Amino acid sequence: MLRLNLALIAIVLASALGAVASQHKARKLFTEMEREQERMRQLEVEWGQLQLEQSTWAAHSRVEKVARERLHMKPPAPGQVLAVEAAR
Amino acid sequence: MKFTNSPLLSQLLPAWRARFVAALILLAFGTLAARSAWLQVVRNDFLQQKGESRYSRVIELSATRGRIADRSGDMLAVSTPVKSVWAIPEDARLTPAQARELAGLLELDVRELNRRLASEKDFVFIRRQIPPDAAEKIAALNLPGIHQQREYRRYYPAGDVTAHMLGFTGVEDRGQEGIELAFDAQLAGKPGSRRVIKDRLGRIVEDVESIKPPQDGKDLTLALDAKVQYLAFTHLKQALAEHKAKAGGVVVLDAKTGEVLALANLPAYNPNNRVKLTGAQLRNRALTDVFEPGSTMKPFTVALALEKGRFRFDSQIQTAPGRLTIGNATISDAHPHGLLTVAQVIQKSSNVGAAKIAGAFAPEEMWQMFDALGFGQPMKLGFPGEVGGRLRPFKTWRPIEQATMSYGHGISVTLMQLARAYLAFARDGDVIPLSLTRLESPPLAGKSIFSAPTAREVRAMLEMAVLPGGTAPKAQIAGYRVAGKTGTAHKLEGGQYAERYVAAFVGFAPVSDPRLVVAVMIDEPSAGKYYGGEVAAPVFAQVMAGSLRTLGVAPDAPLKPVQVARDVAAVPESL
Repeated sequence: MLRLNLALIAIVLASALGAVASQHKARKLFTEMEREQERMRQLEVEWGQLQLEQSTWAAHSRVEKVARERLHMKPPAPGQVLAVEAAR
Repeated sequence: MKFTNSPLLSQLLPAWRARFVAALILLAFGTLAARSAWLQVVRNDFLQQKGESRYSRVIELSATRGRIADRSGDMLAVSTPVKSVWAIPEDARLTPAQARELAGLLELDVRELNRRLASEKDFVFIRRQIPPDAAEKIAALNLPGIHQQREYRRYYPAGDVTAHMLGFTGVEDRGQEGIELAFDAQLAGKPGSRRVIKDRLGRIVEDVESIKPPQDGKDLTLALDAKVQYLAFTHLKQALAEHKAKAGGVVVLDAKTGEVLALANLPAYNPNNRVKLTGAQLRNRALTDVFEPGSTMKPFTVALALEKGRFRFDSQIQTAPGRLTIGNATISDAHPHGLLTVAQVIQKSSNVGAAKIAGAFAPEEMWQMFDALGFGQPMKLGFPGEVGGRLRPFKTWRPIEQATMSYGHGISVTLMQLARAYLAFARDGDVIPLSLTRLESPPLAGKSIFSAPTAREVRAMLEMAVLPGGTAPKAQIAGYRVAGKTGTAHKLEGGQYAERYVAAFVGFAPVSDPRLVVAVMIDEPSAGKYYGGEVAAPVFAQVMAGSLRTLGVAPDAPLKPVQVARDVAAVPESL
């Protein structure tokens, strides 16, 4: 009888410790996930800002200015354009 | 003396004293037990709430507003988080040095800052929507009573070029004008919240329940083409400066799909900095302002005549001596022309000719055509402030009114309506609904208004109008066949026609298979020239030429190309 009780107590203790350990692990993993999600949000914000920056640099007014003034480009005269038909 | 030998021990006390003390102690225990049972079993919510507040938090989850992109995916409006600085005035006791530093970072006047901090309220915004780097510096100062809150701010990289199309949002990130308002339901995100458990270090360790998941706004892809929009805006701006005009508008439509490729208005404003905004700058003239379209209406009169079989394109009409009296009013031409064919009435833009053609119709026939073309009613694009123009019921028309309407007076339209009505000529007689957003597939067929042969005949007449001998040779484009019609109308002021004008041009190209419709309106050109062919047609030509090139539309005019490709060594055929 005593031996059975001791065995049961051991099992209960082991299970209790196991529960504590797994709960702790779950929380740790959860924090990690939170951190990653926060990073995801940050990256999304950064992506939006980069898109904004790209659009600003690629604004047509700026492109035209650079093309005309720095690269000395000009629109082709109609006679210089050769339309190529797409192959069917 | 030992305790066990104490004489006091041998003294007998009355038994009730011990029992009395025991009873008192029991009673005290009983009271405590009852109290704790009361707190923990019967009325336990208070303590539970207190306990939860130590570890459980409700977190606001912000949702971002959808982005707006043009048809090729270039970003036109993006929301990005910024900080707003607020204060609890009672807690904010700043030294003068601190106040100066804070005011400097916020680009605020120190007096203004102190005035806000002297407020009686518990909560004041000091400055909303500041850039992230300034916010970080302010947070590093660690000032008492000064807090920050995350908000979103909308940026428009194209600035004034797309101002009227996109509109803008308020500080709460809700649409207030333009597309931002028209599509607010789709663009706006719904913020959510969640309840979590936090540990001693403030880390989230467990989700208790997800109360409301946040819903980000959906991105929107417009029909707008950023390059075409830029062309329209810059050429309109040049024309306004050249002709010292008060205002102007350009609309570019895709004739195949009904998509709005560009919508430009001037005067414009910078949506990123709306400090000094006037009503004139805000007006989206192409949709909310009506004008008398003038001669740009004549092609519809002629098309109706051809459609009903009353005239042929070569029927002759006597317009001499350039004046026509109906009732007690007289219609006149700028230059008397004599005997004209119907086609020449369009080419030379004869008011008398148009009025004589209109005389062959019942008012109801003309009204039905105008109504079918969409005049007199808003287009329901969802744009704020969109108006329908004025088309009076035909029963009230007097003969003189019917005559003036045939050349675009006594009727008022928006530029967008006019551009859309020209789809009937650019397509084979039908008009399709317009779309502000990019369409995956073009609408099959629209409402048929004229037959295909009529549309083709009118197209040929409109092409004559831009050739030498027409009213708008300046609308020509090298390499493409162009068709269009000028319009020059006196402005109505207090019911009287004033010596101020609205110059307009509406046209399409390439004529062999029309792809684009461009409508240009210039309000009060005052540098001498005011005819549509002189003021509006060059803008049309520049915008159309640039747009056709940008969209890669093949030239259809016989123009000998300089053989650029011939100078390059031929690519050897594959073996």
